[in-house]
Amino acid sequence: MNDLDAFRLEIRSWLKANAPASLRGTRQDAGLFGGFWGGQKARDPDPDKNRWCALMAERGFNAPTWPREYGGAGLSRAEARVLDEELAREGLPTGVIGFGLAMLGPALLGHGDEEQKRTHLPRIADGTIRWCQGYSEPGAGSDLASLRTRAVRQGDHYVVSGQKIWTSYADKADWIFCLVRTAEPSEAVKKQAGISFLLFPMDDPGITVRPIELISGASPFCEVFLDEVRVPVANRVAAENQGWTVAKALLQHERASIGGAFGAQLRNLEGELVEAARRHLGAPEGPLPDAVVRDEIARASMRAACFGLACDQLDQRLRAGQGPGAESSTLKIVASELQQRRFELAMRVAGAAGLGWVGDGYDDADLKGTREWLRSRGYSIEGGTSEVQLDIIAQRVLGLPR
Amino acid sequence: MNLLPNEDQVLLRDAVRQWAKGRSPVSRARALRDSGEAWSKKVWRELAELGVLGVQIPEAQGGGGLGFFELCLALEVCGSKLAPEPLVSTLLLGTQALLLGDDPGGWLGKVAAGEAVLAMGVEGAGALVGGQLTGTWTDVLDAQHADRLLLACDDGLLLVDPVHAQLSARERLDSRAVAEVRLEGARVEAKVGGPELLGRVLDRAAIGLSAEMLGAAEQLFRDTVAYLQTREQFGHPIGRFQALQHRAARLFVELTQARPAVVAAAKAVDEDEARVPRLASLAKATISEVAMRVAYEAVQMHGGIGMTDECDVGLYLKRLHTCAVSFGDAAWHRRRWATLGGY
Repeated sequence: MNDLDAFRLEIRSWLKANAPASLRGTRQDAGLFGGFWGGQKARDPDPDKNRWCALMAERGFNAPTWPREYGGAGLSRAEARVLDEELAREGLPTGVIGFGLAMLGPALLGHGDEEQKRTHLPRIADGTIRWCQGYSEPGAGSDLASLRTRAVRQGDHYVVSGQKIWTSYADKADWIFCLVRTAEPSEAVKKQAGISFLLFPMDDPGITVRPIELISGASPFCEVFLDEVRVPVANRVAAENQGWTVAKALLQHERASIGGAFGAQLRNLEGELVEAARRHLGAPEGPLPDAVVRDEIARASMRAACFGLACDQLDQRLRAGQGPGAESSTLKIVASELQQRRFELAMRVAGAAGLGWVGDGYDDADLKGTREWLRSRGYSIEGGTSEVQLDIIAQRVLGLPR
Repeated sequence: MNLLPNEDQVLLRDAVRQWAKGRSPVSRARALRDSGEAWSKKVWRELAELGVLGVQIPEAQGGGGLGFFELCLALEVCGSKLAPEPLVSTLLLGTQALLLGDDPGGWLGKVAAGEAVLAMGVEGAGALVGGQLTGTWTDVLDAQHADRLLLACDDGLLLVDPVHAQLSARERLDSRAVAEVRLEGARVEAKVGGPELLGRVLDRAAIGLSAEMLGAAEQLFRDTVAYLQTREQFGHPIGRFQALQHRAARLFVELTQARPAVVAAAKAVDEDEARVPRLASLAKATISEVAMRVAYEAVQMHGGIGMTDECDVGLYLKRLHTCAVSFGDAAWHRRRWATLGGY
């Protein structure tokens, strides 16, 4: 037996002894934003989820590849994979999810100073602090580097004023990682060169949060108003005006995590759509009677199958130590558009049954599907629009001139 | 399933690439077309020496004893240069049938040595009476160059010497050799396999052809991006215009989605027979559409020059369309995908 097999057996018996029964088999239900988010402000009351997060944190398993001194388990990639496979085998969710784990953590490991790593990483890894991402602004969406939220240095503090928008779960987060302008762009200074990366608590004086209602109804998105918020200089990650480097690395993690999370859901696209078509077309078995619907489902499910294989291939390339290129952009485009296609087709086969908004008279699954269909239109916008991803591919991968 | 080539497979692919670069550029395919010759016997021998023809044939018969995936790697390279040699007929149809069925005449050894070309009649019908075959098969690729014909009928796949056949050559869009085969009471040399064999052979043919198309589509895409970088209008390389950048990026995205499907299908032949039918349809449907999209966009992005016979884009367009409608087009494979998926 090699070390990896031994590790697998150890994990298996640890899970057997420790994983709460109520969480087994719940992994598939978790979507992009499904899971235990931790934090102080809006903590999920489910005692089993809290216990599971704490147990996983004790072993460092919430951030398996992070060093032990920062709350991780110091596992190799291969070991982390074994851990994930064993969790998946039991249908168990990870202990905690969130932007701290997926985005800020890797950025801090790469760019944070020792003090920042020791302060923030363990509290991300044990689920104590929930983070949100202060990137987009009303005037800075796809053109993120034109952001205008100002941070003016006053002694050992920055005074931050401006507005952020599309901040996911700003109303539920304890802390924010935030891009701010510390130097005005000029002919000599590119707009990217005047941005800094700050960390501060969401209950600081001067912060107001307003949730945004989308066409689908409620949403995780918020506006964040910043009015002379005082942030210690020690809470700046990387040097002043070097924040764009940190931000870019982090966006790659974001694209990859959106693509990856969608990937898991898309594996069942075919079964889901066939089931919906059978229900709405009244065809419990045999070939679907509507040849066009059948062809469209086949087309979408083939695309999902290709996407699944492309994810597997990328995964194998990463494990073989071949770095990721612009795959995160490709992944993001394909995953978000496939999700949209999934709900378009579901709405199409639902017909009149998909027109419900609230209340009785409609099937719960159809009501949910309608909301998801509307929500999915945002997938090709948030996390970098498809058009921005195409720019990245054209210029950075294909080498077409800027 | 591991979707990356291992070290040996990379070496094999690089060797074929190196050979193709020097000995089989697209200009060779063009020159053959212009001279009216279908393919080159000299190149066929080189492909034998390189180990491509026998890559999958057992070592005891002079082959390399490797897998179908290795064959697909070689086909991808040959496809990228539009090599017109009878690879599809001999390696994807004939050889697959003989490997899966019986090979009483020892033809596999001759294929590996570069001494035999095989052709298969798939579309058509024949009646076997007292060991004699009568029937007609259309669109038989490379029939006029074949040393043996494998003909599909209700009884299975039958081996026939082409001296007994009447051949009417057809001039095809992609300049590859193709003929109608007519038999009247021709002697059957051997039965290669029963009717169930044909489906398995055609799945392999669809996958191998997908590999060829992938190679050709990726090459055409690279050539088109290079053109966007150099062709200037309005004082800039036209690749600076976002309208073209996004369309090129879309093609890139589509190709990245098609490649793993083709690889998975080819690997399934070696490792996971149960998955072959569905993956064959996935690969063929996907690459057929993606490759045609690349081809149409390549013409458009090359502008007027892309419409001229002098430009290679047209050669790719013709070859890719021929491949796209062979062994089941995209719509046919989607229907099959749905059927195999239980809907």
